[in-house]
Amino acid sequence: MTTLIPAPKAVRAHPPHQPGRRETVHKWRRRFPLLPALIFTVVVTQLPFVATLIISTLQWNILKPGERHFTGLSNYAFVFTDERLRTAVLNTIVLTASVVSISMVLGLGLALLLDRRFPGRGLARTLLITPFLVMPVAAALLWKHAIYNPDYGLLNGTLNALYRLFGAENGPTIDWVSNSAMPAVVVALVWQWTPFMMLILLAGLQAQPGDVLEAARVDGASAMATFRFITLPHLRQYIELGVLLGTIYVVQTFDAVFTITQGGPGSQTTNLPYEIYLTMFRKYEYGEAAAAGVVVVIGSIVVATFALRTIASLFREEVSR
Amino acid sequence: MTAHAAVAAPRSGLRKFLRRKDDHGGPPRLTPGWTFAAWLATLAFFAPVAWMVLTSFHQEADAATNPPSLLAPFTLDQYELLLGRDITPYLLNSAMASVISTLLVLALAVPAAYALSIKPVEKWTDVMFFFLSTKFLPAIAALLPVYLIVKDAGMLDNVWTLIILYTAMNLPIAVWMMRSFLAEVPKEILEAAEVDGAGLPTVLLRIVGPVAMPGLAATALICFIFSWNEFLFAVNLTATNASTAPVFLVGFITNEGLFLARLCAAATLVSLPVLIAGWAAQDKLVRGLSLGAVK
Repeated sequence: MTTLIPAPKAVRAHPPHQPGRRETVHKWRRRFPLLPALIFTVVVTQLPFVATLIISTLQWNILKPGERHFTGLSNYAFVFTDERLRTAVLNTIVLTASVVSISMVLGLGLALLLDRRFPGRGLARTLLITPFLVMPVAAALLWKHAIYNPDYGLLNGTLNALYRLFGAENGPTIDWVSNSAMPAVVVALVWQWTPFMMLILLAGLQAQPGDVLEAARVDGASAMATFRFITLPHLRQYIELGVLLGTIYVVQTFDAVFTITQGGPGSQTTNLPYEIYLTMFRKYEYGEAAAAGVVVVIGSIVVATFALRTIASLFREEVSR
Repeated sequence: MTAHAAVAAPRSGLRKFLRRKDDHGGPPRLTPGWTFAAWLATLAFFAPVAWMVLTSFHQEADAATNPPSLLAPFTLDQYELLLGRDITPYLLNSAMASVISTLLVLALAVPAAYALSIKPVEKWTDVMFFFLSTKFLPAIAALLPVYLIVKDAGMLDNVWTLIILYTAMNLPIAVWMMRSFLAEVPKEILEAAEVDGAGLPTVLLRIVGPVAMPGLAATALICFIFSWNEFLFAVNLTATNASTAPVFLVGFITNEGLFLARLCAAATLVSLPVLIAGWAAQDKLVRGLSLGAVK
């Protein structure tokens, strides 16, 4: 990577008398401000992961004290063969893929609209980002009780009002969460994540160089062609960034599952974080939970590798600018 | 406008809608049809929040009707009830955990960002990506060892445990954000100041400070939001003394004997600090959420 950061002047200002020692001292003076943050991060984030690795090789259930022993990779064998965990993996993929893709499409639509002038645009943007700002647990409870509730929720209430409007006695009483648990969770999360996608894409649209678009227009390109061949390629890295950051966060979804469905009915909406939580605090199988955690980390690293590459390309652009 | 024109507007608008720079200066306008669509979508997204706030000002009896009663008499009873006893300690814990961890994050991140931008150490991009990579480790995978360590240290149900965890959770974001703001300090001015013999304190106060201040505020805001909303660690590592606002809300999960109006009041109340902060700083929000990768 080429950087255009100029060579430090301070070195030139003081010609070193004792090159070796001077330089070392200088280097450490420069590194010093970085160290507290670096050491703190290593201790608080890396050590637990090492501990997880170790625990994942133990047979350890706190309901059976004294039976803790090394068990090799058998927890991993369990993780890969257990029916519940396989369901959880599948649910995690379904949940993440649908939330990220739907909110990306909706976010793109909204960003294209908000990139234009219209009366009240500022207010519309403020209202639109609100779902992302509502506390996730509060949002999940709001959907569960105020919207999905079969007896007094907003959805059935609106249906009921519509039925009465057209002369019927009463609307249907649909138990949304029990009938279609996964869509219920997905809708609540899409509602929360669409503003995030919109914000990133809007930033991308507004970073679009105007002269290129102008040139396309002068050359007589149709609006559709301009969008397809100029705007969309320009947006690509913003779309990638949104998808990848969204994926990283949505894979970790815990609040919504815990609150809206508690993984149910059965294990229809149990995703990996919730399943690991259950293994840890309901079954007390620490070894299994740790092994599942390691598997999640490996999965995240795969996704993160792509995310880092995307961010690195944006980052490179900025640095070499 | 005739009904026919109103129907036709969106279609003819599509072409105009996808074109920028229709008129000189500023982005082009939306046609009335698309403006309507934009507002419809906006209101659809905002409706649940509006419903939450509206319900929070109703009595329980008016909140749980079917169909919903929009214009029931307004009351502050729910808020009075909540603030009267239940929620206050939770809000205080949340405030303490969020504010102190945000201050700690800034204390650690600002020097680090300085070392990564203004006078970059060698291999600074590697360090940046190390910080970022820690954000990609799912919190759930760290929960068990953290729980065990905290339990052994006798630190369960202690606000300081949350403060340390939230600091670690937000530090990488803050380093990235602050670096991207500090990188905007013009190098020429820094060099000129050094040639003139200005010491480090002067350079920081006079040159870096003014440029970095808005960035510092934005970073603090993002850290505050993430800490205030955090749930996984709060619900699993605290019990009675140190529980935060999201943990208070969990009490509303069951359907039996649910107080909908009070739930809505509680949800509104705990979301309010972040809503106000987020609305006030929307421009900076995107930069923080994308770790400074997008301006």
